[in-house]
Amino acid sequence: MNLWIIPLLPLAGAAINGLLGKRFSKTLVNTIALGSTALAFAYALWVAAQFAGLPPEQIPHIEHYAIWISAGSFWAECGMYLDQLSLVMLLVVTGVGFLIHVYSVGYMAHEGGYYRYFAYLNIFMFFMLTLVLANNYLLMFVGWEGVGLASYLLIGFWFLKKSAADAGKKAFITNRVGDFGFLIALFLLIKHFGTLQYDSLWTLVSKYPVETGTGFLTAIGLLMLMGATGKSAQIPLYVWLPDAMEGPTPVSALIHAATMVTAGVYMVARSNPIFNRAPQALMAVAVIGTLTAIFAASIGILQTDIKKVLAYSTISQLGYMFMGCGVAAYGAGIFHLMTHAFFKALLFLSAGSIIHGIGGEQDMRKMGGLRKYLPWTFWCMTVATFTISGFPPLAAFFSKDEILYKTFTSGNHVLWLVGIVAAGMTAFYMFRLWFLTFFGEYRGPASSAEAHGHDAHGGEGHGPPHESPMVMVVPLMILAVLSFVGGWVGIPKAMGGSNHFEHFLDPVFQSTVESMPAETPARHEDATTELMFSAVSVAAAAIGFLGAWFLYFKRTDLPDKLAERAGGLYRLVLDKYRIDELYGAVFIQPIIALSTNVFWKGIDRGLIDGAVDGAAAGANETSDTMRRMQSGNIRSYAGWVAVGAAAVIAFMVWRGVR
Amino acid sequence: MVPLSYYLILSGILFACGVTGFLIKRNIITIFLSIELMLNGVNLSFVAFAAQLKSLDGHIFVFFVMVVAAAEAAVGLAIIIAVFRTRETLNVDRVNLLKL
Amino acid sequence: MLHLVLFFIFAAVCVGGAINLLAQRHPINSALSLIVVMGSLAVIYLLLGAEFVAAVQVIVYAGAVMVLFVFVIMLLNAGEEERIPRASRVATMLGVPALIIGLSIGIWVVSRITGLDKIAIGGPTVMNGNAAFGNPPAVGHLLFRQFLLPFEITSILILIAIMGAVVLARREEE
Repeated sequence: MNLWIIPLLPLAGAAINGLLGKRFSKTLVNTIALGSTALAFAYALWVAAQFAGLPPEQIPHIEHYAIWISAGSFWAECGMYLDQLSLVMLLVVTGVGFLIHVYSVGYMAHEGGYYRYFAYLNIFMFFMLTLVLANNYLLMFVGWEGVGLASYLLIGFWFLKKSAADAGKKAFITNRVGDFGFLIALFLLIKHFGTLQYDSLWTLVSKYPVETGTGFLTAIGLLMLMGATGKSAQIPLYVWLPDAMEGPTPVSALIHAATMVTAGVYMVARSNPIFNRAPQALMAVAVIGTLTAIFAASIGILQTDIKKVLAYSTISQLGYMFMGCGVAAYGAGIFHLMTHAFFKALLFLSAGSIIHGIGGEQDMRKMGGLRKYLPWTFWCMTVATFTISGFPPLAAFFSKDEILYKTFTSGNHVLWLVGIVAAGMTAFYMFRLWFLTFFGEYRGPASSAEAHGHDAHGGEGHGPPHESPMVMVVPLMILAVLSFVGGWVGIPKAMGGSNHFEHFLDPVFQSTVESMPAETPARHEDATTELMFSAVSVAAAAIGFLGAWFLYFKRTDLPDKLAERAGGLYRLVLDKYRIDELYGAVFIQPIIALSTNVFWKGIDRGLIDGAVDGAAAGANETSDTMRRMQSGNIRSYAGWVAVGAAAVIAFMVWRGVR
Repeated sequence: MVPLSYYLILSGILFACGVTGFLIKRNIITIFLSIELMLNGVNLSFVAFAAQLKSLDGHIFVFFVMVVAAAEAAVGLAIIIAVFRTRETLNVDRVNLLKL
Repeated sequence: MLHLVLFFIFAAVCVGGAINLLAQRHPINSALSLIVVMGSLAVIYLLLGAEFVAAVQVIVYAGAVMVLFVFVIMLLNAGEEERIPRASRVATMLGVPALIIGLSIGIWVVSRITGLDKIAIGGPTVMNGNAAFGNPPAVGHLLFRQFLLPFEITSILILIAIMGAVVLARREEE
């Protein structure tokens, strides 16, 4: 099937745009960037069609290209692996990626570094596709690191702005901390199994029983989880994602909503044979996911920057995906990944449209009443908001509900409860955003003497809020349709569907002994309980909606009064629980102090420079002393001659006497 | 019958006097004379050992030492004359144009 | 016995001349002292049976080289050395004898160690053993056979020295 074409198309686009794009016109840059992505998407569709026709023995479809590393008994190759899971990821990445490319044409139209932006975007596509299509962990790690790099480049796209550059660094370094765990997990895999190829690994792993205590499989699982928390912004390594909003909004949509941050979820799902045999690690996944979901939701309630709300929402929704995977409902987690890609990309792109429309303002307190000015954006964002809150029959209702139901039936009732509360909070903050942005009176500057250009940099006079050009609105509409109907592939049996999606993914997660060890207990599921739980989650969403309606539409004076009353707690949550400050004090300051005092002043300046300078000074002093021999005074020369002669004679006498 | 060591001690004394004069004196001609004294002391040593070893090689060496001393004295004195013409002094401390 | 007495007498003259060379301030006095040293050395050579060398010492060394020195001293007519500062004089007075005595003791010690002081040389042993030990024919045999090449080279050396001396001491053409 020649899968290698798919990643290489955007790579070619990146190479051409990156190396030669400075001299191209905007149209040419667009053509190359969008063309390569569109071709990749088209090819992916063709691959999907081919896949549908494959008999079950040929799934997963593995292609081997070249041996990359061969060292003793270990070897790693470049190759691609296509099964249902990677097919889903492939279509999501190429499809949503293409839509965002189209959107970027409009959004970045007035920006400098146009060709650089599209080159970076294409590089990202290349690495992400490598990640999802790789047939071994090492190639996946290449993609993993590469998307981190692309994220750094794109977050710091406006690198002359200090906050953007710092945010890029923060993202990359935090990712690195997680990658450290992932690497150790890979080393352990090599040590115990001698290979990193998926097919050989799963065969070897399947020989192990479920671990009861903590064995090496649990260690591997936990370390992989560490890597996933870095990439997918879970506790404790989520701190980079809110800062990453410094990047252009389409970047936030693509990388930090739809695709890159889901790499961690994909990795956990792909490693399900390992996790299924390490229940402690799996429980850790679920707990971290749930905690993150409610933690981030609680922060999102009070944020005033529209992109920051969406960032915390992303962290929260990723928590849901981890929760799903953590209760071995990998299909549900991936289902939510897909719907989340649709609606979160839609939310971010709409936010970008709003920001573009009001001239760069991102503070929701300065928005309001925008549904008059941006009607298309309003309707698209409405669909997205209702979806994320989990109202039927929109997409995320089915996926989120699936996760919550599976959590309950696996016996984790506490996690389920926390998930429901978080769902309510999700609805609350999303509708808060909706009301603050689109309803009420417009609170921004009337004309725009003081408005700035896009995303608060550069400067141009703006004028009243305006709708975005068609090139930006059409992707919004497509994503809105997908957010509406995207869940209909996964309607569970209880509601009359046949859950195509889950059954599609079954071969990856369920039916083989390799995935699911024999001693896993079966779930206790039936239709009525499922409907009951769905009703509970809808009720939670409705409570959130009503709360937001009350506080931000009906009695808009209340929020400030409540903030006064809550006082310290309000300020704590507003400051994001001061986690950044905590990390700064515990980790960063000591490391900086160590680097400055020990490594820089002590070793580099003292030892190394001291050695070099000392050698030079020593040479100087030696020659200074030796210089005295050449005094120009003949008698001192005579003296030196006598001394030398005496030394030689003494030596000879000593030798002779011996 | 004189013990060999007596000759060697005499040779040593002459050599020591020569070295001392070489280091102490400021008149350049006197320094030259000290050098000649050193050479004489060494000659005595050679002849003494030649008598002890009953070999005439020592005498031959003394012969050549004298030849070289003569040549050296000739050239050295010519240099002294040349220096005296320009510096008008025989004080070796005044011939210090190379001093820093 | 006689040899020992003669040795001591002429050794004393030698040492006296050497000390006088150091003590005198005018170079002409030092040159004349050196001639005295050379003369007594020639006698000591005779005691050691080195007849040819003694003769060459007197004729060439004392008779030609030292005469050259005396000529140059008279030509340059430089005069006495200046007085050196008192401290230097004290140091010299103390240091010179110390050096000489030290060296002598050193040699004596070395001789004891190597057993050289047991060997007695000169005098009847030499004469009795070989009357023609250090006489010109014997030296000539050695000089013109084994050491012919160095001999010829020294002739070139002398030629070079002559040319060098002439060039260096020449008065510049006006």
